[in-house]
Amino acid sequence: MPPRSLLTGRTFMEFSIPAYCALIAAMGVLAYMSAKRRAMHVAAGTVTNEISRSFHSRPNFHGVFAAGLVTLLAFGVMIGGVIAGLPGWLVIALIVVLAGLAFAYTRTTIRANFKARNVVEFAIKSGLVICSTIAVLTTIGIVLSLLFESLRFFKDVPVLDFLTGLQWSPQTALREDQAGQSGAFGAVPVFAGTFLVMLVAISIAAPTGLMIAMYLSEYASKRTRSIVKPAIEILAGVPTVVYGYFALLTVGPTIRSFAESLGASVPTQSAIAAGSVMGVMIIPFISSLSDDVINAVPQSLRDGSYALGATRSETMIKVVFGGALPGIIGALLLAVSRAIGETMIVVMAAGRAANLTANPFEAVTTVTVQIVALLTGDTEFDTAKTLSAFALGLVLFVITLILNVIALIIVRRYRERYD
Amino acid sequence: MANQPSIHAGVRALARLKKRRRSEAIFRAFGIAAIVFAMCALAWLLGSIIGTGYKAFYQHSLTLEVELTESILAPNGSRDPDTLRRANYRRIMQEAMFTRFPDIEGLSSADQRAAKRQNFDIMSTSGGPNYIRQMVFKDPAMVGQTITVRIPTSDIVDQYLKGNLNVDVPEVQRKISDRQIAWVKTLRQSGEIKAGFNKRLLFSTDSRDPELAGIASSFVGSLMTMFVTFLLAFPVGVGAAIWLDEFAPKNKAVDFIEININNLAAVPSIVFGLLGLAVLLNWAGMPRSAPIVGGIVLALRTFPTIIIATRSALRAVPPSIRDGALSVGASHVQAVFHHKLPMAAPGILTGSIIGMAQALGETAPLLMIGMVAFLTEIPSSLTEPATALPVQIYLWSDSAEQAWSERTSAAIIILLMVLVTMNGIAIWLRSRLEKRW
Amino acid sequence: MTENTSKNIKFTCRDVRVSYSGKEAVKGIDIEIADRSVTAFIGPSGCGKSSFLRVFNRMNDTIPGCAVTGDIRMDGEDIYAPGLDPVLLRARVGMVFQKPNPFPKSIYDNVAYGPRIHGLAESKADLDEIVHNSLKRAGLWDEVKDRLKDSGTGLSGGQQQRLVIARAIAVSPEVILMDEPASALDPIATAKLEVLIEELKEKFCIVIVTHSMAQAARISQKTAFFHMGDLVEYDETDQIFTNPAELRTQDYIMGRTG
Repeated sequence: MPPRSLLTGRTFMEFSIPAYCALIAAMGVLAYMSAKRRAMHVAAGTVTNEISRSFHSRPNFHGVFAAGLVTLLAFGVMIGGVIAGLPGWLVIALIVVLAGLAFAYTRTTIRANFKARNVVEFAIKSGLVICSTIAVLTTIGIVLSLLFESLRFFKDVPVLDFLTGLQWSPQTALREDQAGQSGAFGAVPVFAGTFLVMLVAISIAAPTGLMIAMYLSEYASKRTRSIVKPAIEILAGVPTVVYGYFALLTVGPTIRSFAESLGASVPTQSAIAAGSVMGVMIIPFISSLSDDVINAVPQSLRDGSYALGATRSETMIKVVFGGALPGIIGALLLAVSRAIGETMIVVMAAGRAANLTANPFEAVTTVTVQIVALLTGDTEFDTAKTLSAFALGLVLFVITLILNVIALIIVRRYRERYD
Repeated sequence: MANQPSIHAGVRALARLKKRRRSEAIFRAFGIAAIVFAMCALAWLLGSIIGTGYKAFYQHSLTLEVELTESILAPNGSRDPDTLRRANYRRIMQEAMFTRFPDIEGLSSADQRAAKRQNFDIMSTSGGPNYIRQMVFKDPAMVGQTITVRIPTSDIVDQYLKGNLNVDVPEVQRKISDRQIAWVKTLRQSGEIKAGFNKRLLFSTDSRDPELAGIASSFVGSLMTMFVTFLLAFPVGVGAAIWLDEFAPKNKAVDFIEININNLAAVPSIVFGLLGLAVLLNWAGMPRSAPIVGGIVLALRTFPTIIIATRSALRAVPPSIRDGALSVGASHVQAVFHHKLPMAAPGILTGSIIGMAQALGETAPLLMIGMVAFLTEIPSSLTEPATALPVQIYLWSDSAEQAWSERTSAAIIILLMVLVTMNGIAIWLRSRLEKRW
Repeated sequence: MTENTSKNIKFTCRDVRVSYSGKEAVKGIDIEIADRSVTAFIGPSGCGKSSFLRVFNRMNDTIPGCAVTGDIRMDGEDIYAPGLDPVLLRARVGMVFQKPNPFPKSIYDNVAYGPRIHGLAESKADLDEIVHNSLKRAGLWDEVKDRLKDSGTGLSGGQQQRLVIARAIAVSPEVILMDEPASALDPIATAKLEVLIEELKEKFCIVIVTHSMAQAARISQKTAFFHMGDLVEYDETDQIFTNPAELRTQDYIMGRTG
């Protein structure tokens, strides 16, 4: 069954939106050309040079003004018509009539003292402001939607139980009479798993990434740098689903068979498999951010250290690293945020069972894995099970938000220090 | 006292220097080791994907003579579409295989049934009959004739011929029987089974049978999603960047917007999926699984990246350009749009392409809005259920069979090639168009 | 050996050339520099005087593409000999830069940095003493003794420059190279710095690059005038400023070129 409009129950595609758009575009072009010609006529008609010079805006601005007004109005009518589910002929009629009225109005504005350019530029600036506020709207949208759904969830499951409970088995709470029973939605094992995977990833990525950044900025020749840097950046361009598959297909089985050869048993899906692959994914993230901050440390500090007889590594560790430390901490915080929010690798390689363990060689589950597990396939939306995914999402958002903002502020302060 | 020996020339200093030089070498070695580690990880990743994936680009197919027996297809002599649609093509193919290997006749009746089934299983059991069905449907006049067709072998046979099946284990433990191996060998020797480029991988839609599955539907889904994403994210991102860099006043509100954008670029992508699910699907009632929703979600995810790229491109244009335009009487808006923006265009394009490449690889948000449809047809509109290439990879990765992991890796290779192309274009654009001041 | 007849020679240079990626900045210079005195390098900007200064502690080594040829001896020892580690050379030849560059560490740690990496102190008390003495000799002790834990970057420009000098002294060098050390300082701080240099020359060989001829005249015993990578004239400072032998030197000193 084709999807239907919320308001009318009509299907969306009963109206040909591209056709409306073509009509509107055509009217816009017509309005532009007509208004521009008219403006040229009027300007030319005012005989003396003196007057024509006092014509405020150039003809094409009158054209843009007319075209803009006509198309904006028509576009608004189209969207309103589609949402309200009006029949196609009526929408077209409305578009033509209202656009015609708008055009007629713009005719009256084509005169010497009408500041068409200012109006057009004001409209452009307003459009730009709207573009900028979309970022804020998106954040508000995220916060509101997560909060709203989470509050519905917390009506069934007390917040404290969710944040401190040790038992996570949302699948058993599928039946309605069972929903909200305490114990099933204790998210501590999920948080612990997230933390464990993050820890594995960062303990691989942080030393590697930092060493790469330090080596590239202090030791590598220009040539080495020009080869190694893009090669490292390839790692950043690989989609996470590819890393996930790599963990599942190659790394997990390798770790398992290696453990078997030592007489231990490690499942294919484990915190170590997911974490180590995630660590590799984060290496370029840390190395390029640290490279930036290390390069921001002024050369004069290095010179000062060399002039005292310090070796390169002494200079790097004792002077440059110290100077870059705030920036590096910022980079690490962003990397942690990235590791916590990473989804595909853990979905494919960490497992689904909520084990409360500190052993990285066991399967664990993470916040993102649970969100995916709870929300894919199931279209029911009002069970505690699906709503719990939003509660997890809220926790994820809040934690990453805090990490990001702290990191951004630290990095910004750091930049100002050496600017 | 003039040439008193320096404390830096003594034995102690030299011994200490040796130690210091050693730690210097160790530090350096750590740096090289880190690079080597990262490079090896990359090589291992690409190696394992390409190593499994390249085999999916060729496939074995079987040339077979098929008699389109009228008594099976249209017993009542009618050629109406309904009869032809429901006819037993499976049996036609079974008979064709049986004709090719008449020796089965000689077996005991119980054995004969198993042999016939195994015999038929050499070909793609749903692909073969379907192929004939489509042919007959197109040209009903064929009924009664004997035709020669080329159909894919089953994935098991394909895997056997690619050397991926271990045949050294007892027969009951493997998926291919001794008898099948013998038949396949015969067919291989006679050239009836041949390997060829696997067009299906590129041009077919998804399927339950690995030998028939392709990425066409998810690829088109990805294209549609990217189309929507670009249409929304590019103008909004560039617009926001222009405002922030050129027109925005310096105050707390603008500071807040900036922090917001930088944070948004670092918000986990799955959160955008949750936003799409809660707002676009549940609240606005937009269609589930549709590319338009996926496109909007990915646009929200991508536009902060585009803003950041555009801003750095705009900042690279020296202010003197704008001041020059202003000094000849252009308005601020004109100076920005006529002079600054064109000069920043290469940087903006490069950043946007890289942002789009990231969006193309996104999987998690699409899972949230249900773009996990199993599609046997190519989606034709932005509101129809669709899936995307990375999601297809995720879905295929769930199956453990070798034939599927081969195809998953092959789909990854294709995805990576698209991404490499996009990034290559970005780099080319940058080097080609970038001006230095 | 009497002080005033023949001063000890610290550096002997023969045909020293410095080039950056093939472009020659210093074109074959012969010079001898005396110990325990102040030698000033003057000349218009870009004349190669700073490049030449960096020859003495091999700081040019840290610049990619920079090549130094010729024979440079310190106390008769070839400082560009293959077996010689520049790290030890730089411990013996300290340097102070144009812009004060204290490390983003505490005042104490700034001064203690050199002794620590070279292992000059046996104990914390040793280190304390080195820091104390160095700051005292740099004339900074009284100003900072109560805030040794404060960041070195929080000091005023003049204080920072003296801190950097203290940092250099702490390593017990024999030579201190100064690359326009007063150019970022105000007149009062400059005056203080000049007094300090006056004192330091009792213990160290000081080579100073300066663009201020007045400064060169005030503090140096010998002055070298560079132009376009050549050493035009090298003589007693009084001689150079009162009775230069070369026309180019005269022009520069009179303010006709440069």
